[in-house]
Amino acid sequence: MTTRTSSAFGRPASIAGAVALAALMFAMPLIAPRAVVQDLFSILTLLVLAMNWNLLAGFAGLVSVGQQAFVGIGAYAMFAAIILWGLDPLVGALIGGLVAVLFAIPMAFFAFRLQGAYFAIGTWVVADMVRLAAGQWKALGGGTGTSLPKGTTRDMIGVPLVKSVLGVSSAAAADTVVYWLALGLAILTLAASFYFLRSRMGLGLQALRDNANAARSVGVDPRRIKAIVFLLTAFGTGLCGALIFIQITRVTPDAAFSVIDWTAFVIFIVVIGGIGTLPGPIVGVAIFYLLQRLLADYGTVYLILLGLIGIGIMLFARGGIWGAISDRTGIELLPLRHRPPSHQPVVVEQEAARPAG
Amino acid sequence: MPILSLHNVSKSFGALTVAERVSFDLRAGEALGVIGPNGAGKSSLFNLIAGNLRPDSGRIVLDGRDVTAAPPMQRCLAGIGRSFQIPQPFGHLSVYENLLVAARFGGALSADAAPRHCMDILRRTGLAAQAERIAGSLSLLQRKRLELARAMATEPRVILLDEIAGGLTEGECGELVATIRQIHAEGTAIIWIEHVLHALTSVVERLMVLNFGRVLVIGAPDEVMASPEVGEIYLGVAA
Repeated sequence: MTTRTSSAFGRPASIAGAVALAALMFAMPLIAPRAVVQDLFSILTLLVLAMNWNLLAGFAGLVSVGQQAFVGIGAYAMFAAIILWGLDPLVGALIGGLVAVLFAIPMAFFAFRLQGAYFAIGTWVVADMVRLAAGQWKALGGGTGTSLPKGTTRDMIGVPLVKSVLGVSSAAAADTVVYWLALGLAILTLAASFYFLRSRMGLGLQALRDNANAARSVGVDPRRIKAIVFLLTAFGTGLCGALIFIQITRVTPDAAFSVIDWTAFVIFIVVIGGIGTLPGPIVGVAIFYLLQRLLADYGTVYLILLGLIGIGIMLFARGGIWGAISDRTGIELLPLRHRPPSHQPVVVEQEAARPAG
Repeated sequence: MPILSLHNVSKSFGALTVAERVSFDLRAGEALGVIGPNGAGKSSLFNLIAGNLRPDSGRIVLDGRDVTAAPPMQRCLAGIGRSFQIPQPFGHLSVYENLLVAARFGGALSADAAPRHCMDILRRTGLAAQAERIAGSLSLLQRKRLELARAMATEPRVILLDEIAGGLTEGECGELVATIRQIHAEGTAIIWIEHVLHALTSVVERLMVLNFGRVLVIGAPDEVMASPEVGEIYLGVAA
């Protein structure tokens, strides 16, 4: 196949488009009904989870099926910070991210001894153990879980200000604050992923994914780089998990550590969008949301259809929808490629564009 | 003092012995050729030197430092660069990025210095026109050149070349020999496994013959090739 290796949207146009989209997203609470804002919050948090999983599986080759552990730990740590220590939910969310990192350190010691399918199963087993342990935490309701104390989100940092400026109810103001936080977290995660992957570490990570043996022989330390990615994604996933449950305002072990909600759907999003590419999760979450809206009334059939779509993409378009678009058009959004000095765009024979993990 | 020394290095996989009490010294800046029949343990020797295999016994000393237990990335940082007999490119990265990884990690070059260094090597190895190609799409010969170029990008003091001339035309082989001579002239020590004997003997100062994991003979290329033992075991000529 012949593709243009250096094609990308013009930089100024791309930046202008991205800023306009971010501004529109920021303005949504001012122009859209509350239900839409709540939907967008769900999309943005799923996007953050998907970007973190994509970095882990698509770029580091660490196919974890236990990321729900960090969502749940973030949520439970946040609830503990509010209920047991009387802290603000936003401070609690930060603590949630940090506790997820603390948990990821011993988990890495165990999980990094496993390869491939064993790593996937191992992470799932650990996540389920944490779910069972959370069910034993009586101070947070044990197996039946607990709710945030009444008025917690009403008094959350930023909510009174948004309420007075926008002239909306406390509940709507709380929705707006958590929505803006989710938007900020999504943008930050995307930017951090981009700069990390463009860095020396990111280059080493991609070399490791392609050929670990050769990467070691040119000086790349696999354990160090993979551990950094594992800890960073644990923080992002834990923080996002805390944010999700601030909005839900109630936590149970089954909801917080749900493998379907926080890992299976996330894997689906990344796979259909394009694993191992930065725009992939964005495309994937948009398609996932559309399917959810169109097929939500069909119950089980909806899940079967999601599964069939996922299988179809894996069989016939392994680079996902974004991968197929990029291959056909040569468009590279958020290009990670390092160009040689005094680069001149060239058209060359090329069999594959960016990887499919 | 030799830059690299192997002292009684042995390695077995069950009943199969790939290295049996292998000992030799490599002087700084020296070029040593390694020959031997298939299965003699040549590539395993490279895996032992580069750290991809851990010896069962014996010691490997690089520039006075015992690196026997050091993993491959530490040996690379200590100055050992290698190519693989079966090319192992970073398939989804470009040719230029393949070298950039080696220069930034193994060569520990800065973000400013690495690009120029990589382009210089790509020009010297005849890969400059392929800089932006995805490495996974290269032909076998181009992949072999990439193996050499990537090893060079780590700025090694000892470079291990594993059958990089196999399958090349006379002209291509001549270019390759010129490149290796240049690396040698710059003071890099070389250990080169090769079946293309005329290319090998035109560069190396000493030749080592391996057979069943043992060092059969080591010495000046003319003397080694004239040895009856080598004629019998390696070339199939009766002594």
